[in-house]
Amino acid sequence: MVALETTDTAGMTIDVQVVSHGFELHGAPLPVLDGVDLRVEPGELVALLGPSGCGKSTLLRLIAGLEPPSRGSIFADGRPIGGPDPSRVVVFQDPTLYPWRTVRENVTLGLEARGLLRSHGHRVEQALDLVGLSGFARAYPHQLSGGMAQRAALARALVNDPRLLVLDEPLGKLDSLTRLAMQSELVELWRSKGFTGLLVTHDIEEALFMATRVIVFSERPARITADLTIDRPYPRHRGDPVLTELRHRILELLGLAETW
Amino acid sequence: MSVNDTAAGLPAVNGEARPSGRSAPRGWPKEWSRLGTASLLWFIAAAVTALWADADEWERTGEFASLLAVAGGVLAFAAPLAGRARQTAGGRLKGAAGRLSAAVPWLIVLAIGLIGWEILTAKLNLLPRPFFAPPQALLEVYLDDWPRLLDCLAASLTLLVTGYAIGAVLGVVTGVAIGWSRAVGYWVHPVLRLIGPLPATAWLPIAFFAFPSSWSASVFLIALATGVPVTILTWSGVAGVNSAFYDIARTLGASPRFLVLKVAVPAAMPHVFVGLFMGLGASFAVLVVAEMLGVKSGIGWYLQWAQGWAAYGNMYAALLVMALVCSGLVTLLFRVRDRLLAWQRGMLKW
Ligand SMILES: Nc1ncnc2c1ncn2[C@@H]1O[C@H](COP(=O)(O)OP(=O)(O)O)[C@@H](O)[C@H]1O
Ligand SMILES: [Mg+2]
Repeated sequence: MVALETTDTAGMTIDVQVVSHGFELHGAPLPVLDGVDLRVEPGELVALLGPSGCGKSTLLRLIAGLEPPSRGSIFADGRPIGGPDPSRVVVFQDPTLYPWRTVRENVTLGLEARGLLRSHGHRVEQALDLVGLSGFARAYPHQLSGGMAQRAALARALVNDPRLLVLDEPLGKLDSLTRLAMQSELVELWRSKGFTGLLVTHDIEEALFMATRVIVFSERPARITADLTIDRPYPRHRGDPVLTELRHRILELLGLAETW
Repeated sequence: MSVNDTAAGLPAVNGEARPSGRSAPRGWPKEWSRLGTASLLWFIAAAVTALWADADEWERTGEFASLLAVAGGVLAFAAPLAGRARQTAGGRLKGAAGRLSAAVPWLIVLAIGLIGWEILTAKLNLLPRPFFAPPQALLEVYLDDWPRLLDCLAASLTLLVTGYAIGAVLGVVTGVAIGWSRAVGYWVHPVLRLIGPLPATAWLPIAFFAFPSSWSASVFLIALATGVPVTILTWSGVAGVNSAFYDIARTLGASPRFLVLKVAVPAAMPHVFVGLFMGLGASFAVLVVAEMLGVKSGIGWYLQWAQGWAAYGNMYAALLVMALVCSGLVTLLFRVRDRLLAWQRGMLKW
């Protein structure tokens, strides 16, 4: 893997303080987050695990600054989050590449938006190299496979050298082989760059294989039901008995132990 | 709705689009003979025109016959060349040969049609005159009245392009503004709903009265006819932009200006082009009406003037020019679209 030149590798601290949030659905209030309290230290890779629809993506949107929380507050490096900022970048479950832009133009978007294209343009090639898409820089999104599109979305995020990388089920739609390969690649990337990572997933193995910590959420409205530190060295092995034991515990927490 | 959708029902007339099994060497003597048939028919048309005396004398019968003979000659030359080009040459020449061979059925039918037209009008006078002019009457117009036709064409194009460009630009700007700003939407939407469905020509009496010149009134009407569909479709395009596109750009540090110019507008482009096509069609209609009723120049005026003098040859000649110009402009717009929207897949070829 080619190293991406970094300017400030220190990860960001995220402090979610008793955040509650909700929406309105057909006129009735729909509580989605219920007093979520979570502190993420610099350089951690925290997996958020919970049943589908419980509010994980909502929490990520709040952390990204795309919406303000209804109650509670969120701090990035001690400062309250007032809006989106390129130091906190999100990769969504859908790659959502801009179809009218080539792969390279998609990757340059962040630099272009901030007027940094001239001074930091070389980072684009590095980011494309990093995700193995140099040969497809001039392809349009509809010419990419699902895995390639997801890599392009990752490059689009990384080119901004984020201090917090938020990954919302980034591998959810990939086939299992690509998925396993990208899990390893993401871990290596995170280890080499030192950013803080937030990874939403509904795949317990994925969380255990990648994260330093696993946060388990309840059904909607999401409350944190467990906060497990995964104190295992990298690179990890999928057959590690400690991880297997942890998996069992998490299944229990989710009320699915009997299926094991 | 998009151009892609609306055109999906049309049959593919483009010969290039199909895989051509006919390019096999075994096929080309047959192709040669079909081109030969076409050539022969054009010569026959020339002979009928030249050798069969007109019922009433027409001035340009000789020139018309020569023109038909030239067409026949070109086709006769093209037959062997085309066969060879398809076999040996590559690229552009081969493409031209392919297109020529795809056009052969049309060339044959055209020649037969011209012969029939010529016989029914000039030779036998079977169709009521002066409504039915023979083809040489059109040629006569082109040869004798071309300065005036050219003037009219230039006047029409200037008027059309001015009005269309103003309408298109204002339409895109208004559409984006409505789609983007709640306040603009609040004020403009009801106006658009009330006025939009009204044909622009309904404003004609007021416009001619309110504007200092009939020319500026016509520009206004054409701009209105173009602007309304462009506005509505741009708006619907902007309103339909996937909100995740905005979210991502915002987390990457995009300003509102960037969101409008680099996200909303390009995302809405396919819709904008549907509006531009609809506007172009509407602008043709308004152009002709405005020229017939107010502006004392242009192809529309020429049509009206020719009809007033019962100069039907002039009318058909002008109609043909107009058809060619309108079709050319639509083709041009398709070209622009193909270039700007090359990122879309499965686009209609015009
Ligand atoms: N903008 C919104 N308006 C209304 N309801 C929403 C909105 N966004 C999310 N929700 C609801 O909030 C709940 C949690 O959604 P989400 O955070 O996407 O769940 P997940 O944990 O699967 O990522 C879901 O029931 C969803 O329907
Ligand atoms: Mg989600």
